[in-house]
Amino acid sequence: MTTASAGAPAPAASAPATSATSGVLPTSARASADAVRRGAAPRVRRRVGLAWLGLTPFAAYVLLFLAVPAVIAVGSGFFTDDGAFTLSNLAAFAEPSVLRAFGGSFGLSAVSAVIGAVIGALVCWALSALRPDGLVRSMIDSAASVLAQFGGVMLAFAFIATIGAQGLVTTWLVSVFHVDLNANGAFLYTVPGLVIPYVYFQVPLMVLTFMPALEGVKTQWGEAAATLGASRATYWRRIALPVLAPAFWGSLLLLFANGFSSFATAAALISQGGIVPLTIRTQLTSETLIGLQNVAGVLAFGMVVVMAVVMGAYSLLQRRAARWQR
Amino acid sequence: MQHKRTIAGIALAAAAIVTLAGCSATSSASTTKDDTNWKTATSAEASGGMDALVKAAKAEGQLNVIALPPSWANYGKIIDGFTKKYGIKINSANPNGSSADEVAAVKSQKGQSTAPDVLDLGNAVLQENLDLLTDYKVANWDDIPTDLKDEDGAWTRDYTGLMSIGYDSSKISDAPKDLQDLLGSEYKGKVSIAGDPTQANQAASAVYLAALENGGSADDITKGVDYFGDLKKAGNFQNVLPTQATVASGETPVVIQWSYNNLAWGPAAGASGNKNWKTVVPEGQALGSYYSQAINKDAPHPAAARLWQEYIASPDVQNLYLQAGAFPSTLAALEKSGKVDQDALDAAGGAPKDYVELTDAQVADAAKVLSAKWSATMGS
Repeated sequence: MTTASAGAPAPAASAPATSATSGVLPTSARASADAVRRGAAPRVRRRVGLAWLGLTPFAAYVLLFLAVPAVIAVGSGFFTDDGAFTLSNLAAFAEPSVLRAFGGSFGLSAVSAVIGAVIGALVCWALSALRPDGLVRSMIDSAASVLAQFGGVMLAFAFIATIGAQGLVTTWLVSVFHVDLNANGAFLYTVPGLVIPYVYFQVPLMVLTFMPALEGVKTQWGEAAATLGASRATYWRRIALPVLAPAFWGSLLLLFANGFSSFATAAALISQGGIVPLTIRTQLTSETLIGLQNVAGVLAFGMVVVMAVVMGAYSLLQRRAARWQR
Repeated sequence: MQHKRTIAGIALAAAAIVTLAGCSATSSASTTKDDTNWKTATSAEASGGMDALVKAAKAEGQLNVIALPPSWANYGKIIDGFTKKYGIKINSANPNGSSADEVAAVKSQKGQSTAPDVLDLGNAVLQENLDLLTDYKVANWDDIPTDLKDEDGAWTRDYTGLMSIGYDSSKISDAPKDLQDLLGSEYKGKVSIAGDPTQANQAASAVYLAALENGGSADDITKGVDYFGDLKKAGNFQNVLPTQATVASGETPVVIQWSYNNLAWGPAAGASGNKNWKTVVPEGQALGSYYSQAINKDAPHPAAARLWQEYIASPDVQNLYLQAGAFPSTLAALEKSGKVDQDALDAAGGAPKDYVELTDAQVADAAKVLSAKWSATMGS
């Protein structure tokens, strides 16, 4: 991917042009920008120019490596191999195997998100009783940041080594309690079995996203409620839970999206399809079903639609939740 | 991000294609000093002889291969041998890729120095992509039976295995004789195949074999799908991709796959293999399927690509396939000339006599059945 660096000079070159047209900054050099800062240029407008300058490389990166490819990938679903526009690939959404894959993805994401959100919220609640700058809190915070990103082949291996057919826990349970986790075939290698590794990265993500909301709940509110004669239960029912609800549902949606878009963990664990990302892989790389590459674009389109709806709802809820976090 | 986002993954791949296509690559010199254009050479003889080919290939200095797993049909040794013999560096891309990945790489890296030079393709993909290949006939062209090569040399079959059952004899006491045996309770949660049949040729071949063994035929593989449905109902099917590592650790105690892979993952692999791994070709109708060698017509190293074909077809390398339990396409000629590695041939169970290989039309029909029925039968 040496071309990644080839893209870098472009934003740098375009940046001065942006600021020049905004009419606030003299053409390029930082020294002259400092001169302006000491001078009489209006503060707010100068900030805007500099902000754009800083954002441009990232924006160009996102455009080149996310937006453009996503449009091309999804767009491929609406063309034939010969490049003619077609809607016929949309027929894939009527195929039972594709519907089953979407069903599998929805089920897996929903179940792992609900379990992750409930456990994560309880962890946050327990943590909120600790000092924010204490050792335990900061350790769990940093652990959550790391573990929320711990997925893919490493995570799959960790679970194969513990609850796989030969796993440490599996063999220990058999030898000590005569309980076989995998009596009906290895559970880990089924779509429902994927919930276990998924929850492993869903819980830390919940801790990361829900903790700020819990921190926004001021102790004074509890005291005020108590002063007015409210019981603890009333306080939770009438004040804390309604305040926390948008943040909870928002985090739940984020977890759903996280599970919906995961690929590598599932790919490393199960070999017979079952969820949409694996179906897309099959269509892109199949040796036996030829000519489905463009149908993969349509499935990607389906995933994008689901993600757009979920993330749209998330940002709405997040806006409500943010009201109490100032 | 360790757990990759699918969209982002596809996006990145597409981005790579877009940006890579934009930059013009400096491809290696396609002509040599002796003015032979190896890019269009259809045999060594017609273009200055074998010595000239070796010289030109050495001048290119590199060869790009793709989707050749080191533990598959002895490719690890075959690749090392080429570098040792000619001093030409081999860049092995995406060793666990599929035939479709090979074709995608040829298309997306066209004109670049990293594009695959040579391909090892399954039949369905081969037939769809003949326009990507170029004609070349190796020196011992006549050793390859007529029905195992394209008459102009666009492709030559290289090796086949037989579908077989590999099993861990420390976990399975009685050797399975056929696929029916695998439905027994001793095999609970133990039987796996090499991937998703709607994706991987080797896994699909396991379904074809099940069809042949259960009253179906090469024309209609529905009974094969039904067999795996029964295997799943019995709780015996294990939904995990077997690898040499899972076989060595005992995670996948029974695997239905090509005989050369089962043989390669057993004691033959030494410390990284499973010393209790045994290979059985089931009773009844045997099933084989050749893979094919071909040269990318836009190969960045055209002379090295042609030298690789010569090397692959040479008796030494054909015997290397045989040592891994894969039957090379020149086997009959090797036996006749006495150059065959007899011990390896005996270990592989002798030359396969009566086996079925699906025709292209049968593979296409089988794909329709798999597409319609597989995920409905096996989906969880």
